[in-house]
Amino acid sequence: MTNAGATTEDADNDLSRRKFLTVALGAVAGTGAAFTAVPFLSTWAPSERVRAAGAPAKFDLSKLQPGQMTTIIWRKQPIYIVNRPKDITSKLGEHDARLKDPKSSESDQPAYAQNEKRSVRDDLLVLIGTCTHLGCLPKQHFEPGDATLGADWPGGFYCPCHGSRFDLAGRVFNGSPASLNLRIPPYHVDGNLLTVGEDGAAKTGVA
Amino acid sequence: MATTEQGTKPGLWGWINKRLPAEEFIRSQLLEYYAPKNFNIWYFFGALSLLVLVIQLLSGIFLTMFYKVGDASAFDSVEYIMREVDYGWLVRYIHSSGASAFFVVVYLHMYRGMMYGSYKAPRELLWLFGMLIYLALMAEAFMGYVLPWGNMSYWGAQVIINLFSTIPVVGGALVEWIRGDYAIADSTLNRFFALHVAAVPLAIILLITLHLVALRQVGSNNPDGIEIKANKGPDGKPVDGIPFHPYYTVKDIFGVGAFLLLFCIVVFFVPTFNGLFLEAANFEPANPVSTPEDITPSWYFTPYYAILRSIPNQRLGALAMLLAILMFFFLPWLDRSPVKSIRYRSGLFKFFFAVFTVSFCGLMYLGLQKAEEPYVTLARICMTGYFLFFVTLPFYSGREKTTHVPQRVTFHE
Repeated sequence: MTNAGATTEDADNDLSRRKFLTVALGAVAGTGAAFTAVPFLSTWAPSERVRAAGAPAKFDLSKLQPGQMTTIIWRKQPIYIVNRPKDITSKLGEHDARLKDPKSSESDQPAYAQNEKRSVRDDLLVLIGTCTHLGCLPKQHFEPGDATLGADWPGGFYCPCHGSRFDLAGRVFNGSPASLNLRIPPYHVDGNLLTVGEDGAAKTGVA
Repeated sequence: MATTEQGTKPGLWGWINKRLPAEEFIRSQLLEYYAPKNFNIWYFFGALSLLVLVIQLLSGIFLTMFYKVGDASAFDSVEYIMREVDYGWLVRYIHSSGASAFFVVVYLHMYRGMMYGSYKAPRELLWLFGMLIYLALMAEAFMGYVLPWGNMSYWGAQVIINLFSTIPVVGGALVEWIRGDYAIADSTLNRFFALHVAAVPLAIILLITLHLVALRQVGSNNPDGIEIKANKGPDGKPVDGIPFHPYYTVKDIFGVGAFLLLFCIVVFFVPTFNGLFLEAANFEPANPVSTPEDITPSWYFTPYYAILRSIPNQRLGALAMLLAILMFFFLPWLDRSPVKSIRYRSGLFKFFFAVFTVSFCGLMYLGLQKAEEPYVTLARICMTGYFLFFVTLPFYSGREKTTHVPQRVTFHE
């Protein structure tokens, strides 16, 4: 107190120390807040019950005649199953020029379905039936030359929400708001039993 | 005025004011808050927004007393409110019509701000708070629309939430996190309920408070775009200003009367407004395996929806939609004209503003139509007009030919 110079120095020290403590407190509190946010944000993830309900779904293919389509539910999403007749599958390669992603190189599917027919078996098409645009359900317009879709329509799916069009391999046509082909879920076929939700290879790997 | 007596006032009022600055607040915010004397009809909509907020809060609180959240119970509980709760239909129609009324008054309120340059300095922050309220209001309306769990609720939610899937890399995981399931489901409905009745209303009230505090700080703009604070009389009061109370409280009460008349006509005679306020597809329960024939969002979202649809690329479409909304946030800095009000601005500005007005209304109409020709092409033209207004502004507004701005506000005695 008797030395005025020392007092200023002390004050300077005090200020810089106070500044350091303020910044340190802010950093600690901020880190703490960020970690505290984790459990709260995690509550929004699909719960154990939801994940358990997402187990693979099965379907007996003998119920499906050529040219017919059915929808089953897997993980609350509609799965389209189409029994494609031969005259359809043989023509699938003819309109590649009108498709955005004819080889499905950008699209989402298991490796075993990334082929010309986008399927494991030529006749069997398995798709996640939600439009890759914004998730509506494309409707079936299997008749070639469908009145509303034009004379050159080869048959496929049409989304009523925003007008995306897909062929009978779920591939998207040019001019659609969707950019990617319809997604294909993991699936495998054992005889007439279709299992959606797991890869065949994974199953044999376990066995 | 009454400030000197504050401590000495007798009775309950004096007792209160010794402990709470009630009288001081009334004096500074109403009696000695000077607003420009040349307000016109466009200046009703701020106060009316506040009125609709109160209507929505009140009717909403009563709806939560009967609504049962959950994918199995939500739809039925809304039907229960409509058919079995005494006057339940009235409370619900007030709330559903109130949502549309909110957007009517807010859109007119925003349009007023654009006409008279109320977003310009020193009111940029006031405008930004307003825009945040608008965003929160859109979130509130969207989530409220999901709660009845009709088929349009379901598929509307599906489309809007899937917009986030267009975000690169994290999009898919983000959408699953928002839904809490592999599709729109009970978990989604439950969290939307929490956000709709608690989180977002609180945010809106906070933002409105900030909006009003910022307004009190900078003062109201007016149809002439003149700063009335720049011209004060010898008594220190703006010569073109009049006390908010009683002059504008009385004016606003008249506006409230006119508004309530129109509002009641809708609530009692046309609550569905021909499918615009309540859509036919929403009178069916949510069905995850059946998309309604036409998905159209509520009318107040259709301008952006039309923009989204008109671009044949998913990611670019969502981006254009986002940009269309963000443009309003940039407006205070895109517009470099020193003149605020459209009354004194150039023909060029008036032209682009007219193009914007027509385009916005056009998009609103086109978003309600099917995604086919000629609507898609028309929507592309309107989208161009919409963006043209914002994009051209910084290039000409700095040196546009404005007319002479008067010193005093235009006022007819």
